[in-house]
Amino acid sequence: MTDLTVVWAAIIVFAIAAYVVMDGFDLGIGILFPQFAVGGERDMAMNSIAPVWDGNETWLVLGGGGLLAAFPLAYAIVLPALYAPLIGMLLGLIFRGVAFEFRWRDPGHRQFWDAAFCVGSLIAAMMQGITLGALLQGIEVEGRAYAGGWWDWLTPFSAMTGVSLIVGYALLGSAWLIWKTTGPVQKHARRLARPLTIAMLIAIAAVSAATPFLEGKYHERWFAWPGVLAAAQMPLLIALSGYILWRALRGHRDWLPFLMTLILFGLSLVGLIISIWPDIVPGRVTIWEAAAPERSQIFMLIGTAVLVPLILAYTFWAYWVFRGKVDEAGYH
Amino acid sequence: MFESFDALTLARLQFAFTVSFHFIFPAFSIGLASYLMVLEALWLKTGHGVYANLYRYWLKIFALTFAMGVVSGIVMSYQFGTNWSVFSDKAGPVIGPLMAYEVLTAFFLEAGFLGVMLFGINKVGPRLHFAATCMVALGTFISAFWILSVNSWMQTPTGYEIAANGQLVPGPSWWTIIFNPSFPYRLTHTVIAAYLTTAMVVGAVAAWHLLKDQSNLGARKMFSMAMWMAALVAPVQVLVGDLHGLNTKEHQPAKVMAMEGHYDSHPEGAPLILFGIPDSAARQVRYALQIPKASSLILEHDANAPLAGLDTIPDDLEPPVGVVFWAFRIMVGMGLAILALGAWSLIARLRGSLYSSRALHRTAWVLGPSGFIAVIAGWITTEVGRQPWVIHGVLPTAQAVAPLDAPAVATSLLAFIVVYFCVFGAGGWYILRLMAKPPQRHETAEPTRGPVRTAGITPAPAVEGERP
Repeated sequence: MTDLTVVWAAIIVFAIAAYVVMDGFDLGIGILFPQFAVGGERDMAMNSIAPVWDGNETWLVLGGGGLLAAFPLAYAIVLPALYAPLIGMLLGLIFRGVAFEFRWRDPGHRQFWDAAFCVGSLIAAMMQGITLGALLQGIEVEGRAYAGGWWDWLTPFSAMTGVSLIVGYALLGSAWLIWKTTGPVQKHARRLARPLTIAMLIAIAAVSAATPFLEGKYHERWFAWPGVLAAAQMPLLIALSGYILWRALRGHRDWLPFLMTLILFGLSLVGLIISIWPDIVPGRVTIWEAAAPERSQIFMLIGTAVLVPLILAYTFWAYWVFRGKVDEAGYH
Repeated sequence: MFESFDALTLARLQFAFTVSFHFIFPAFSIGLASYLMVLEALWLKTGHGVYANLYRYWLKIFALTFAMGVVSGIVMSYQFGTNWSVFSDKAGPVIGPLMAYEVLTAFFLEAGFLGVMLFGINKVGPRLHFAATCMVALGTFISAFWILSVNSWMQTPTGYEIAANGQLVPGPSWWTIIFNPSFPYRLTHTVIAAYLTTAMVVGAVAAWHLLKDQSNLGARKMFSMAMWMAALVAPVQVLVGDLHGLNTKEHQPAKVMAMEGHYDSHPEGAPLILFGIPDSAARQVRYALQIPKASSLILEHDANAPLAGLDTIPDDLEPPVGVVFWAFRIMVGMGLAILALGAWSLIARLRGSLYSSRALHRTAWVLGPSGFIAVIAGWITTEVGRQPWVIHGVLPTAQAVAPLDAPAVATSLLAFIVVYFCVFGAGGWYILRLMAKPPQRHETAEPTRGPVRTAGITPAPAVEGERP
């Protein structure tokens, strides 16, 4: 019983991680979009993600749907608590998503849809970051429901996590473009990636420094045995990854900056897990308290065990079809 | 704007608004994906360029529809939690897994192969490309399967137990949950409705171009295909709708009473009220135009069979009669119009005037939106007819809502209304603009820029500049 709950927690973490990685670079390209010249540069940036963005966004639906299925109580508490940022995220994703199609269909208003693409991506990223921050700083729970107000989510800390995620996604986006494009777009992306790397490292440091002081439990987990073991390694690993990333931006291995950015995201995720494990609503509800009954867990686990590898296989195939550098003309 | 409403009413309005808007897109894309699959199959089989051109013509429209369906669908998957958290907490163990299966078996399938379908023809070759089209079409159907199973379970819940903490939890058999009593009927009825909706749109676009140029081969071909669909499938839909109604009468009698406008019981055969104005305060249908005993004939297959009315249902468990009554009539009216168009097209086909009858083309053009209207009206009938329950007989809607302040919901509702009308309005306009252009002999995959990649079908010259 307990084991299945842990397995489900791992699956949800995996879905969220897959989402952050995959839609992260899509949203990042949206955030950086105004930096690119109107015409060929923007078209190339857009074409590098046009065939895959929809699949990437589906991981967000799996995150939400999976949470409802595996941890319905957490879903029921967290979503109303984060009402405003989640609605904001959804509206941002609407503008971002339709812009992929609309900008090609309406050359007369392409500027407008390009702006919608950027602002939508920016809002979605900001709101996701705020969601994370608001969750970390704790939400009020009474019985089986959220008991706070509808502005509780907005604090300096959540604003900081919101900005941090924008920076992180932008870095992922620029690293993706370094990998997938050539010529002026790639050069441009390299130029953008350098300040973003520094900003990302600052953001990680700031959030990491603030988190342990949000709540007693976090402090305990990080600075008491055995958390301190990880805590001691984290700054070192992040600094090392950041250094390799910095060097890679000048190097010839175009895929390396993307990989290193992923590692930075991965380390942040590990830090996050150390902070909140085994809670699902930090400080309030554990994964076991929120877990769906065993019958639901088993039923879904069978499907997940068969389908997720299959999904990964055909997702990989779809990426493989569009492998290599995007050429000037693109798919459109 | 919404000061006078409480949080519950606002949440209901918001859900109704977002789901109705969302439903428009899958209602069209389910049918359109299958239509594209048929077109590509015919092209591969016959090698006739007209199919390839029609494929590319409708693919552009599909891409726009699908994108809008995706973004409006994500809203739905989060709104269960943001606005209906008590429902999510209580029903999550039962419906959550079904929705997770929808994501795993349908959404990923559609999204994973959509990129190849839209952009990959000369990267993977025609056969693999056809496989991608099939996967997308299959995905749209599987998605309908799971989400309609969830909805049907909310209408006719079976196979669950109530846990100590108040949650509804699955019983020993998932089969009983998934294949709950109303599911087979609802699934069949809805999927056929999606096919007919698409056929009406395709038929209207074809008719529009035939009115201008009867010799357009693409327009002739798609008009013929759409009219076959209407002629053959609309009668099946009437039959399925009847069976669905009988099933509803068995499991949700109050809904059927509201649909029929039967405030009173009729011990000796109930009349079929064609039109009238339901007045719930006076508990009667005013100005009723009715056929004596016909309702008993339809519902019981016996003109003199007694039929219970809403007087047998406690007042607080009664659905709002007016909305259900009217929505049902609108749906049936549209369905009968489609049926008539199909029959007319058969006669015209036999007489050899299918491509020349301007009256038929005008009618088909006017009926273009009829499928959408029927689908939305049918949806309103079944959802409002379930009230006051969100899970029929188990969880009242009023107890399922999230603990949110009214201003929060009012703000989000306003934002959804503005954004949906602007964004989806623009998208609808783009679709209409694509439809306004006749299918070309050398239809291009992408009209706007760059060397267009259509190798593998017919080499197409790049057409510059899409005129608004």
